[in-house]
This record gives sequence, structure tokens and C-alpha cells, in this order.
Amino acid sequence: MPKDGGIGASSKRREDIRFLTGAGNYTDDINLRGQAYVFFLRSDIAHGTINNIDTSAAEGMPGVVKVFTAADFAGVGGMPCGWQVTDKHGEVMQEPGHPILATGKVRHVGEPIAAVVAETLAQARDAAEAIDVDITELPAVIDMKDALKADAPKVHDDLKNNLCYDWGFVEENKAAVEEAFQNAAHVTTLELRNNRLVANPMEPRVAVGDFARGTGDHTLYTTSQNPHVIRLLMGAFVLGIPEHKLRVVAPDVGGGFGTKIFHYQEEAFVTFAAKACNRPVKWTSSRTEAFMSDAHGRDHVTTIQLALDADNNFTALRTDTHANMGAYLSTFAPSVPTWLHGTLMAGNYKTPLIYVNVKAVFTNTVPVDAYRGAGRPEATFQLERVIDKAAIELGVDAIELRRQNFITEFPYATPVAVEYDTGDYVATMDKLTEIADLAGFEARRKESEARGKLRGLGVNCYIEACGIAPSNLVGQLGARAGLYESATVRVNATGGLVVMTGSHSHGQGHETAFPQVIAEMIGIDESMIEIVHGDTANTPMGMGTYGSRSIAVGGSAMVRATEKIIAKAKKIASHLLEASESDIELKDGAFSVAGTDKSVAWGDVTLAAYVPHNYPLEDIEPGLEETAFYDPSNFTYPSGAYACEVEVDRDTGQVTIERFSAADDFGNIINPMIVSGQVHGGIAQGIGQALLENCAYDENGQLLSASYMDYAMPRAYDMPFFSVDHSCQTPCTHNPLGVKGCGEAGAIGSPPAVVGAVVDALRSAGKDVTHVNMPLSPSRVWAAMQ
Amino acid sequence: MTQVKMTVNGKAASGDVEGRTLLAQFLRDSQGLTGTHVGCDTSQCGACVVHVDGKAVKACTMLALEADGAEVSTIEGQANADGSLNVIQQAFQDHHGLQCGFCTPGMVMSAAALLKDNPKPTETEVRDYLEGNICRCTGYHNIVKAILAASGQDVSAIAAE
Ligand code: FES
Ligand code: FES
Repeated sequence: MPKDGGIGASSKRREDIRFLTGAGNYTDDINLRGQAYVFFLRSDIAHGTINNIDTSAAEGMPGVVKVFTAADFAGVGGMPCGWQVTDKHGEVMQEPGHPILATGKVRHVGEPIAAVVAETLAQARDAAEAIDVDITELPAVIDMKDALKADAPKVHDDLKNNLCYDWGFVEENKAAVEEAFQNAAHVTTLELRNNRLVANPMEPRVAVGDFARGTGDHTLYTTSQNPHVIRLLMGAFVLGIPEHKLRVVAPDVGGGFGTKIFHYQEEAFVTFAAKACNRPVKWTSSRTEAFMSDAHGRDHVTTIQLALDADNNFTALRTDTHANMGAYLSTFAPSVPTWLHGTLMAGNYKTPLIYVNVKAVFTNTVPVDAYRGAGRPEATFQLERVIDKAAIELGVDAIELRRQNFITEFPYATPVAVEYDTGDYVATMDKLTEIADLAGFEARRKESEARGKLRGLGVNCYIEACGIAPSNLVGQLGARAGLYESATVRVNATGGLVVMTGSHSHGQGHETAFPQVIAEMIGIDESMIEIVHGDTANTPMGMGTYGSRSIAVGGSAMVRATEKIIAKAKKIASHLLEASESDIELKDGAFSVAGTDKSVAWGDVTLAAYVPHNYPLEDIEPGLEETAFYDPSNFTYPSGAYACEVEVDRDTGQVTIERFSAADDFGNIINPMIVSGQVHGGIAQGIGQALLENCAYDENGQLLSASYMDYAMPRAYDMPFFSVDHSCQTPCTHNPLGVKGCGEAGAIGSPPAVVGAVVDALRSAGKDVTHVNMPLSPSRVWAAMQ
Repeated sequence: MTQVKMTVNGKAASGDVEGRTLLAQFLRDSQGLTGTHVGCDTSQCGACVVHVDGKAVKACTMLALEADGAEVSTIEGQANADGSLNVIQQAFQDHHGLQCGFCTPGMVMSAAALLKDNPKPTETEVRDYLEGNICRCTGYHNIVKAILAASGQDVSAIAAE
């Protein structure tokens, strides 16, 4: 029987009511009295020296309040980077300055040069057209390998070159890895590209700045996954506003997928301009602006090599990646190709020796940072693709090759510095075999062939590291932040609860799932619990939502705070029941004395806490409110096995996804309906990456894909119904809920399955193809068939 | 500035607009009906879909002046008279057809237009009809399922969860 409430129930989402009736409150729905609008004049060239910016004509235009250029920001800090990577020589990465408005040079198409604040957006836009910018165009560096040539133009004149860092991991293993390759019976080498993507949450970014002259208080309303992070970064590093004078509010957030983690110039601008103009200032990104100012994702070029012994055991792995940073370091950019990527290279396999080299490169493109999965999709893609290629070269079954090399004993310490606590890769592969009906594939292939189509099957595994992250560990690795999460549980006198958390939903249904946990712990109805998030003024300092961390880290904080509540409530109950505290039991919302029929209801205890007439005041304080900060002791390691079946049109190269199945192990699950939804969405983004999406630049740094006319977003007709299963559950051993997180899995596990399926389809027609680079557009697939 | 008058969700609505003011802007800024969303600038995403004289229209692609005198309905006017969710809205909640909710108003309005013309669409018809509505969160699985369910078709066999 499915449960109808609490942990494990598919409770319907309460937030849906407002979203379905047009009553949501997204940032662009916020309009403040007297607000002005800002329009950013953005660079339309990729690289150039700014000789002069003449704003005089614009200043006289109707409705213009003020025109800003870099000169207005003298003395203001630049955009900070939150992670410092140390390279293989022990040197810290090259870290360029990142101004709010372009200073001296423009370094990518879309970089803001000037900003016009006016009475209306149309007036601001009109005036921006009247700004005269004199720029001497410089040669742009777009290709990463070109950027590293000795004579390449430098993106940042004050840096040595365009190499941000050259990272080796684990450097001590390098010699042993080389030796293993020399002794290998077989070596498979694969060169591939992980295509540049744009996250494209459907809600574009918006920021509204407000300043209260009477108190000196600043407020920023912004589309953020982590308002406290923005408050800290912007307050401490950019504008110099102490946290108690700066409130950051992120109301309903219309999707994020990573791109709303980062602190952006526009947020700092509106906060600064609201004070400078003495009125609220609002910025709403257009979609075109989003393409050229939201941090992009992926963009790795990799050579991976797998060494096997004569029995097809993996003996060593070596990878060489160029990772595009774009023109500046976005907030967490340096961590993505390193600690979120290199540490995952063991995947689901007991490869004993691994060496990862990553060169992070500056180019004249939009900054690149975390996008759903962040580093882990790149790791999974290359590893699973090289295994498929090895199976082809060795003439063995690719699934069997994987099974043979699976890690089967846990905990398992990988050679890339992480320890998997639990997992059962055999079980997820068995489950996949069942739900994907792999046994029926050959019959389906014949049926497709009878219709003149090629059919292919791709199967792969994935592992990811979620529940980001132990603060002391990430501190050693270069993070300039802690990665705990917080919760304050406030019980009201009449028994209802308000939970204030630093986690922040941008579509994950926290308002529904979090109460399920607490309702289960106390034994009360979910409707008695309300979640408050997204506002630094009424939530404890927290790090927000990304990296599939909310239930694993934020949920754990909530459990810890609720445990404190229950402990105190038991003390109160023991007083009311005149029994020993150790005899008090909490069940179904009532406290009872073990072995007796004496009990007191939850609501009587909460009332006593706030009306403490009959109350042990000498022992405990009145009130019932507790806060917990939870810092995880390890990452969590969700894993799974995915299968994709495609049909390929022989004449056009058109690929259609016929079946897609996912067997995931997320540990314990709070709300299966929400979990399935997360997997669906992730798979669709992975299919999008594999078949459709590509952020393209020409050699001059012009962004060719800056609208939905040019950037192929997955549509309903590109997708099949998915078959997803998360019944394989090996609970996490180190957090109180045993949960692992599920937000990114779909996007991590699916691209290699799609590519593998297309390669398989082409091979079924006798083509000697082992890999095709994403996206698998009809022209690329057709070319591979020729 | 020119005055426009129209009926929005059964009530008279009027305001002064510029020639370039879009219907989406008029609804959001002048009428405070912020349920109509704007997700793109190339008429691709469908977050802005409303009904004008009974037809689904992208409110980002129509001038407010063009809607002068029209009957407009938006997501705010879709619930039943007693405030409860209508059949389509309820199916979206029941089948988890939304996550962040940003595409949702447009999806619901498009679904309503589809089911009016085609009360029992096939899966393929639903997917094809949604060509102009982009959702980044759901992978469309539960949206398509919700629309089929709203049409009264049994979706229990379609796919788990
Ligand atoms: S806002 Fe109308 S189609 Fe995107
Ligand atoms: S629910 Fe977020 S875009 Fe559709």
C-alpha cells in the first residue's frame, strides 16, 4: 500500500496550487513603488580595447535617470570567485579581475559595458542605443587549444597566459598509471567533446534593488538558488555592505539547474544603483541576454585512455581534458572540472589506478560554470563511452564488461580520493535489464528494420557525488565557503510548525517534501508544517540548493533541529505527565508514559511551552524553537544504470528516442512522485545535450546560438514516456535520513546511453563507428553513416 | 498613448498603452495579472499563452492594441467558480505536471485550447500540439500524462509515477 503521508508517500505538491492559478510570486512579478528600469548595453564583439564611452547623448534622452559606466564603480570590488584550485605544481590558479561593467577591455559578446537607468524599460533601451562606444577590436581566442599556443592573444593582459590552471590528480599516482599502461594487454583511446550548453531555466534572471534611505538597509530581490550565498559574496566582496544591512530575497524561482547559483554583475548593479539613484531599480533579462550572460555549462575536450589486462579487467585510466572557463571565472567555475569531475573518474568500477589532467583555459566566451551535474556528467560520459569503445575493440558484450569490473564491496575507497559508502551496481543493472526489457531488444530491432529503420541500444552506468559537501574537506580543496545547511524549527503555541531553511526550492517541491519528513518524526499531519525559504531576513544562514544536496544536507539539518524539538518537548511532557523523561514516548502526535495509558497530546505540550503556567521553569526555558546546522561527513553516492533505444533514419540521419529506462539507487526516498519527476527532467536535459543542444561560437567569438531559433531546446515531441525505477535502495550510511539525492542523476546518466544507442544502430548497418560527438544532429549522424 | 479596452477573465479591463506595448506586458504590468509569463523574445517558449476570443495566442507576440475589444482569458481565470482547480489544473497537480511552475500557465492554457478542439487526443497529438510550449523541468512526461488524464483517458498503464 502506498502511504498517504510522511516519508515515502507521493504527497501532492502544495505549491502547485499557486503555480496552477497564476498566483506564484516570481521575481519579475515584484514591482516596487517608484522603481526605475535598467538596460545593459552589452558588447557585440568578443575581444577589444575600449577607447572611449560617450554617454552624453544618452543622458539627455527622455526618461533617463542615470547612465553608468565602469568609472562609476571605482572603489567597488569585482565579482568574486568562490573556489581556488591549486595546480599540479602547487601554484594557485591564475585569477583575473571581473568588473561589474567592462573596464578597459571587453572580453566576450554580452559583457555589459554601460547601463542606463530610466523611467521605463523602453526608454532605457532607447537611450542605450545612443551611447557611443569606441572599441578597437582585437583577435579573439575561442578554441581552447589555440588559446594555449605561445603566440595566442591574451584574454587578460595582466595574466601570464590563457591557462587558468593545469591540474593533476592524483599526481602521486601518475608514474604508477604510466607503468600500468605499459603493461596493459589492451589500451582503448577515445577523443571526445562534451558540448557547451546553456542551462535555460524557463524563467530568465531578474534582479530588483531597493535601498531604504531612512535606515540604510539594502534589499535585493533576485532569481537565486542560494540567497545567503549572494548576500555573502555581494555584501562582503563586491559592495562592502555588512550582512545585517543587506537582505536578499529569492521568491519563487522558475528553474535554475545551476545557473542561478552564481553571483552575477546585474545583481550587484541594481543593488548599487538603487542607492545611487535613490529609488528601486529593476532588471529583467531577455532570453537573448540570458544566452549571453547566464553562465554556460560543460565545454570539455577530452582524451581518455583505458588500460585492460588479458582478462579484460580495468587496470588503469588516464584522462586529459581541456575545460573552458570562458572569459572570467564564474563563482564556482574552477571546481567543476576538478573536484566535481576528477573525483568521479572511478565511476562504478574498481579500476585501481587513475590519473586525471585538466587544463582550464580562458577564452573570449561567456563564463562557464556548473550546470545540472557539473563535472559529473563530463566524467560519466567519457568513462562510459570509453568502456563501450573497449567492448567493441575487444569484441565482448559491453554490459558484461561493466559487470565484470563493478565495485561490489562497500565502503570502497577509490584511487581518486573519495569513499563510496554504499551502492549495489549489480542490483541496478539487474533492475534495468528488467524494466528496459533488454531481452526483447533484438525483436524490436527486427521490427524496426522491417520498417526500414536502424535500431540501436545503449546501456551505461553512472555514479555521482551529491550532498555537497563536508566543509573541512572542501576547504582543503580550495572552496572559499562552508557547505553545511541549516534549519530553524519554530513550533507555535497551537502545535503548528514553521521550518526556516537555507535550502531553496526552484522547482523541487521542498514545501511539500520537507514537511513529510517532520510529519513522520512527530506523527502529525503534513498540513501543520510550513516551509519558509528564500529570504535571508527570516531564515538562518544556509548555502542553498544545488548539487542534489537539499534533502541530504538541508533535510538532515531539519532532522537534527526536529530532534532537539522532540527532546525538549519530551521534557515538558514528562513534567505534565509527572513521569520520568526516559519513560516518555512520542507516537502519532502524542506523548505517553511507557507501559501506561497516560498521555498528553502534541498540542498540549506546545501550548505549555508558550503558556508556561505548569512548567519546569527552573530546568528549561519556555518556548519551542530550535536551530541546527548540519555539516555532512561525506558526499552521498547515488548510482544507477540507464538504457536508451533509438531509431535512426537511414536516409536523413534523424534519431528518435524510442525507449528510455532508468534504474536509480537514491537510497531512501521521501516522495517517490517528486523523485521520478526529477529523473524525468534530468533525462530530458541529457537527451537534449546528446541530440539537440549546442552553444556555438564562430571563430570571431560571435555567439551563433542566442535564441530558441538557434539553440535547440527539447520539445515534447523529442521525448518518449520514460520508464524510471528507484526501488533499488542502499541507504546512505552517514546522514540521518539515509538519503542520497536525485536532482542531477538523469542529466548525468543519460547522454552516454543516447550516444551508445546511436553508435549501436550505425554498427548494426555495418558501419565501423565507435563514437559520434554530441549533439547527434541528423547531419552528423548521416555523415557517420557515409 | 492610446487607450485599450478589453474583457479579461470576464471583467472589463482598460489602460493606456504605447503602440509597441505587447499584450503580455499589458496583462502583467497594467492589469497585475502576473500569471502570464514571459520566457523568451522569439515567440518560441509559450509561457505567455492566453486565449483571445477563444483561441490560444502567444501574448508576447500580440500587441495590446490588437486585442482591443477582445475577450481575453488568462491562467488567473481558469479555476472553477468556487476557486477549486479545474479539470486540467487538477490533472497537472495529480500527475506532477509541473515543477518550477514557470511554463505552467502557458501549458495549462495550451492544453485547454487543445482539448477544446480535440477532446480525446492521442499521445502523439498532445506532443505535437505542445511544439510551441517549452518546459525545462519535467521532460514533458508528466505534462503529456496530465493532459491525457484531463481528457478522461486512463493513464494508469502509461508509465509508472
Ligand atoms: S514569451 Fe511568448 S513565446 Fe516565449
Ligand atoms: S515546470 Fe519548470 S519549466 Fe516547466
